[in-house]
Amino acid sequence: MKSIIDGNEAAASVAYRLNELCSIYPITPSSTMAELADEWTSQQRANVYGTVPTVVEMQSEGGAAGALHGALQGGALSTTFTASQGLLLMIPNMYKIAGELTSTVLHVAARSLAAQGLSIFGDHQDVMAVRQTGFALLASASVQECHDLAAVAQMATLRSRVPFVHFFDGFRTSHELNTMTMLSDDELRALVPEDAVRDHRRRALSPEHPYIRGTAQNPDTYFQSRETVNPFYAATPGIVAAAMDVFAEVTGRRYRLVEYVGDPQAERVVVVMGSGAQTVAQTVEHLRAGGERVGVVQLRLYRPFPVDEVLAAIPETCTRLAVLDRTKEPGAGGEPLFLDVVCALGEAVGTGRRARMPLVVGGRYGLSSKEFTPGMVAGIYAELDQPTPRPRFTVGITDDVSGLSLPYPADLDVEHPETTRAIFFGLGADGTVGANKNTIKILGAREGTYAQGYFVYDSKKSGSRTVSHLRFGPTPIAAPYLVSKAGFVGCHHWSILERVDVLRDARPGAVLLLNSPLPPDAVFSRLPLPMQQRIIDLDVEVWTIDADAVARSAGMGRRVNTVLQTCFFAISRVMPRDAAIEAVKKAIGKTYALKGPDVVARNEAAVDTALANLHRVAVPAAPVGEVAMLAPVPETAPQFVREVTATMLTGEGDTLPVSALPVDGTYPSGTTKYEKRNISDVIAVWDADACIQCGSCAFVCPHAVLRAKYYPESALDGAPASFQTAPLNAAGLPEAQYTLQVYAEDCTGCGLCVEACPVRPLGSGAGRKAINLEPVAERSAQRANVAFFETIPVNRRSRVDFANVRGVQYLEPLFEFSGACSGCGETPYLKLLTQLFGGRATVANATGCSSIYGGNLPTTPWARNKYGRGPAWSNSLFEDNAEFGLGLRLAADLHTQLARRRLDDLRGELGDEYVDEILDAPQRYESELSRQRARVDDLKARLDGMAGQQVADLRSVADHLLRRSVWIVGGDGWAYDIGSSGLDHVLASGRNVNILVLDTEVYSNTGGQASKATPLGAVAKFASGGKLTKKKDLAMQAIAYGSVYVARVAMGADKQQTLKAFREAESYDGPSLILAYSHCIAHGIDMRKGLDQQYAAVASGHWPLIRYNPVLRDMDQNPFLLDSPRPRIPLKAYHDKELRFRMLRSTDPEAAERLLVHGQEQVALRWAEYERMAERSASEFDADARK
Amino acid sequence: MDLTTTYLGLTLRNPLVASAGPLSQTLDGIRALADGGVGAVVMFSLFSEQLRREAARDIDLLETHAFSFAEALDYFPEPAADERRLAHEYLTLVQRAAREVDVPVIASLNAADVGSWVTFGRELTDAGAAALELNISFVPGDVTTPGSRVIERHLDIVAAVKAAVAVPVAVKMSPYFSSVGSVALRIVQAGADGLVLFNRFLQPDVDIETLEADSTWALSTPDEGRLPRTWIAALRNQTTVSLAATTGVADGSDVVKNLLVGADVVMSTSALLRRGPAYAATMLDELVAYLERKEFASLEAMRGLLAVPAEADGDAWQRSSYVAAMQRAKATYGSL
Repeated sequence: MKSIIDGNEAAASVAYRLNELCSIYPITPSSTMAELADEWTSQQRANVYGTVPTVVEMQSEGGAAGALHGALQGGALSTTFTASQGLLLMIPNMYKIAGELTSTVLHVAARSLAAQGLSIFGDHQDVMAVRQTGFALLASASVQECHDLAAVAQMATLRSRVPFVHFFDGFRTSHELNTMTMLSDDELRALVPEDAVRDHRRRALSPEHPYIRGTAQNPDTYFQSRETVNPFYAATPGIVAAAMDVFAEVTGRRYRLVEYVGDPQAERVVVVMGSGAQTVAQTVEHLRAGGERVGVVQLRLYRPFPVDEVLAAIPETCTRLAVLDRTKEPGAGGEPLFLDVVCALGEAVGTGRRARMPLVVGGRYGLSSKEFTPGMVAGIYAELDQPTPRPRFTVGITDDVSGLSLPYPADLDVEHPETTRAIFFGLGADGTVGANKNTIKILGAREGTYAQGYFVYDSKKSGSRTVSHLRFGPTPIAAPYLVSKAGFVGCHHWSILERVDVLRDARPGAVLLLNSPLPPDAVFSRLPLPMQQRIIDLDVEVWTIDADAVARSAGMGRRVNTVLQTCFFAISRVMPRDAAIEAVKKAIGKTYALKGPDVVARNEAAVDTALANLHRVAVPAAPVGEVAMLAPVPETAPQFVREVTATMLTGEGDTLPVSALPVDGTYPSGTTKYEKRNISDVIAVWDADACIQCGSCAFVCPHAVLRAKYYPESALDGAPASFQTAPLNAAGLPEAQYTLQVYAEDCTGCGLCVEACPVRPLGSGAGRKAINLEPVAERSAQRANVAFFETIPVNRRSRVDFANVRGVQYLEPLFEFSGACSGCGETPYLKLLTQLFGGRATVANATGCSSIYGGNLPTTPWARNKYGRGPAWSNSLFEDNAEFGLGLRLAADLHTQLARRRLDDLRGELGDEYVDEILDAPQRYESELSRQRARVDDLKARLDGMAGQQVADLRSVADHLLRRSVWIVGGDGWAYDIGSSGLDHVLASGRNVNILVLDTEVYSNTGGQASKATPLGAVAKFASGGKLTKKKDLAMQAIAYGSVYVARVAMGADKQQTLKAFREAESYDGPSLILAYSHCIAHGIDMRKGLDQQYAAVASGHWPLIRYNPVLRDMDQNPFLLDSPRPRIPLKAYHDKELRFRMLRSTDPEAAERLLVHGQEQVALRWAEYERMAERSASEFDADARK
Repeated sequence: MDLTTTYLGLTLRNPLVASAGPLSQTLDGIRALADGGVGAVVMFSLFSEQLRREAARDIDLLETHAFSFAEALDYFPEPAADERRLAHEYLTLVQRAAREVDVPVIASLNAADVGSWVTFGRELTDAGAAALELNISFVPGDVTTPGSRVIERHLDIVAAVKAAVAVPVAVKMSPYFSSVGSVALRIVQAGADGLVLFNRFLQPDVDIETLEADSTWALSTPDEGRLPRTWIAALRNQTTVSLAATTGVADGSDVVKNLLVGADVVMSTSALLRRGPAYAATMLDELVAYLERKEFASLEAMRGLLAVPAEADGDAWQRSSYVAAMQRAKATYGSL
């Protein structure tokens, strides 16, 4: 059956149908495989044996591998899906599974490993890190291969007993949509030997025929035992080849362990594995057409290394051989595939099996989904033709440090002339990608048409840019690289073309579709001049439509997808216009039929009105007007930002040479402020007259775009006319003025400020507040206002009352303008952290949303103040964040002790009084900390004028004399699941760390998988039938230690309690845990109402606000404080506003009803328990034994 | 005493029916109603427009964040096709209620267009509803819509639903037609198996302190039962289809009154909400006590005693009642 699916689905479809159990843990880019398996299970789809497989989500990949191992020992056909760090966590179990000769297939969407930085993108670093485990490694190069080799791997593992890793390139193959043929259940049944399945089952542990497996062995026999498996590995290549033969008989599709494409008498040959093989093969055909004697060896089976097949595939005529590795092993003699090939050839020549040794060179390519194009392949063959090719090289980058990179013809085009190529630029929320997926299905469904789609997303979660690469044609499309020389370019938002050269990859005569609010005759002159010139040079045919207006009038809001998809079909000529429109409508009907005729009707209306509003733009002979491209960053930005960051921002990061980048992954702080993204049409606008200056809006602003200052009236000299100001509404400063400045170009229009504002100005109409969202198209006045505002000094911390929300607005945020979702529920807490403690904070951040909006290049939000101080931030891993943070604490403590010792040593030079003042200084309150900072600054200045080892020693650690604030930050996936044991250990350590859990109650970053924080009854991935167990009460676990400060906060319910908890936690000399309710897009809510939902969470008793302060226990008071009133709305009222709960009501109302009843009971029980605790006396709580 | 009653061709154990209201929103509620003793349960109304609005909102919530970020192309699992049905929640409740209670469960539907009436009507009967009650509340935004259009719309809906489903269909109609009786009989001609008199429409009030419209729903009072009784009395002998009295049924005496004027069944929400579902038994006890006190041999012996006779001049009957009422009022309150 012909289908258009991606590599993940292709692999999962086979894995699911051939297994009984999938134990998984989500990790990009493999998550989709597990999610599909879960979906199919919840839909009660059976495997080919008639069983509905069990899908179990574990707490980590280590857990998934453990469960896999157990299930295999139990005799179940079991699999898992993973990638990258996940695969690394499976390594210990992989040794066990292989050592016990256990049949299984792990499906891996191969991905980079975190080294100098994390990357979610594709290469072979992860699979190369398990090549020694004893697993066989089988590589797929295309979507079809993902499907077919998944079956071959299963056939082979059952026959050989050797476990397999079946892998394919992350994103490039896992996420590429392509036309393929699906295996039927009957074909799968015919392929997989049932007797082997039963053999597997027979080897299971059973008390009916007991034995023990997993013994501890001694020097006498371990070694020999390790050697027992050799025959199994020796037989495996033959078994895989035989399986491929059977596969060919059943399906007609033939695969070999090692494939050769090219001249049988080739002189220059490339060896490659994975999707890159398609690119090389395509280029080889092109070069051969030009008379070149070249060839390519594609390796499918990598472990056990099929020496005979590799040798047989390399023609004897070959004199120059390049082995390509999509991985990096610093310090190795060569990358692994290279070494394997050299070894095989060397042995063959040494033993006389082969006449001569070709010159073998090793090259790296494609790390982290770096493009690998026909031009690069041509560059490699050209290098092989050099008198002395580089023995080691890289291709696809410019390496001006080691000089390893090859030159190549960037514009080499080897694609089939009849293949249509199209590129679409969109924004995340506009539906462009969804529409393009739809387009591919419409076109690909036609007889004799093949289609391919690949989608590139930027690293921001709000206002993100998407680029869709589509190909259609009469022949199968094997082009695993981005589209160039596109015949159609769609730019779905005007703001994109102001910053990015959208015609960079257009061919002459291309069609350009613009979504523009301008009248058709005004469009051309408003295009940036370089773009105009390119349109003229390439003779581009330009069309325009105001898709936003059309979508709005059709009731589609911001979803311009249907409108622009219709236009694409109307002008791209990929299929007859009427048939295309018909097909679009049919697809709409299919997608939305179940949701009722209204939704269908409004989409159809969008289709119909689109064509009437589509206009051709007249292109003059020469450019007109004077519009320039917008500079990605201002000229005043630091050099690194101007030269490196800016290049990444314009989408040209591929051109950055090695020398431009830091050697150890260290980047400057606070670069988001240079990237004025202007992502929202509506922004916050301050009503100075109505405002009561309470600071609520600034407190909750997730993007730190609301800044407050008070200042003397004289500071207004030279203010722009549009600068807003009001008399300061505070006692004791009668002459002062106040400004709440909106950073207009950074505002995302989320509206949380409006919700938080308590003021309803009299006579101003319904819904108006003292801060409101308004459309502001032209922002030059705001830009000038911001520039002026920044000339006013930030208020001195010593003059600000930290104890209330009103005061906090004057503290400078050192976490600003992040790319988090518009209206994010997490970032206000981080911003607060930096306002209160940022100047002396070190932050350990678990992988997840907060590490992505906090640390994903190009620009990052953790900033520094005018003194150059600010939070120092680092991300280690997902699973080890608590331990990583503890390490930072331990290091700080060591250096504090060293500094104190050395200071003591230098009494003679510095004087007793001077030294004692520093050593004895209290450092609890801000005023004390600021005095100590002054002392330390003075000390450093004095030390600079002194000499000696002890002086130098003290100078190197003197900063630690100021109390350092160590923060451990992460989401619930980390704290409740993968990092749970580490977190528990750190809480038990008694050390002074502050742990902030941004609890969205679901894995947000990877797309909404259930965690142990997910509440009862909520629908999430892996809890599609509603979560059946209650949320873990992490607060009570921590309280049980007695020595941990614990707070559960929700700023939407009580800002003051949040503030109090942060301050108490930080000042507590011991571990502190703050659980912060964070509303999230994964809850399925209107994000503008995020704070209301926080309130409802507390008011319903779902999220009681508490604090547990061991300091109170020391003072003989009850340390448990219940900060929120008794539940006063039913749980249902909170649930009603969130799709995660509503969804179950519509899919399984019976379960929803039952779980709601349970949930309500749990609320009552927990509340009663909390009340009892709140009423106890101090002596009924454990005392802190550290005291 | 045997209270067995036939309504819409269904055999009920007694003539007291729980009308569409909040108590039938959950299975527990429906069970409690059935356990309380009612003869049938009409479920709360399925409002198709509301469902669609909610579906459209949920689609927006799902689509707004889809395909925006490489690590998370969506945020929710995809439900199975049958679970994506618009009215899945309501249909499941019908299904469960029909399975679990031993009295007929009648589904109530309020749809937006003829197509939806038919589609949902069919789905509801497939789910196990013993009958359908069409809650046709037509509130035209355009105040110039002629009455004839409103009537035609009723007739179209009834005909279309009847053609689509095999179970009996009742129409809960409005009392605000210029000729209620004529419209009622035309609805019957269009195929309705019964009439429910009447629908109570939401009539917003004004809060003079907050200067806002107050859309609070008030429970009906016994006096409101006079209007349906008047029309049941008038229609009883003009048609053979089932007639249900609803509105203003607070206790057993209201049940008796409606049966006396000719109602086949008497529906109540207010009394059961105020006093709990078990109050149905009390109302039925009062009915039985009345029948015994007045020595009626059976329920049928008293039903319709006070209906306008078929052969009577209806106008004269009404007129005479009106004159008598005026005379009683004068006697009570003095000259008006």
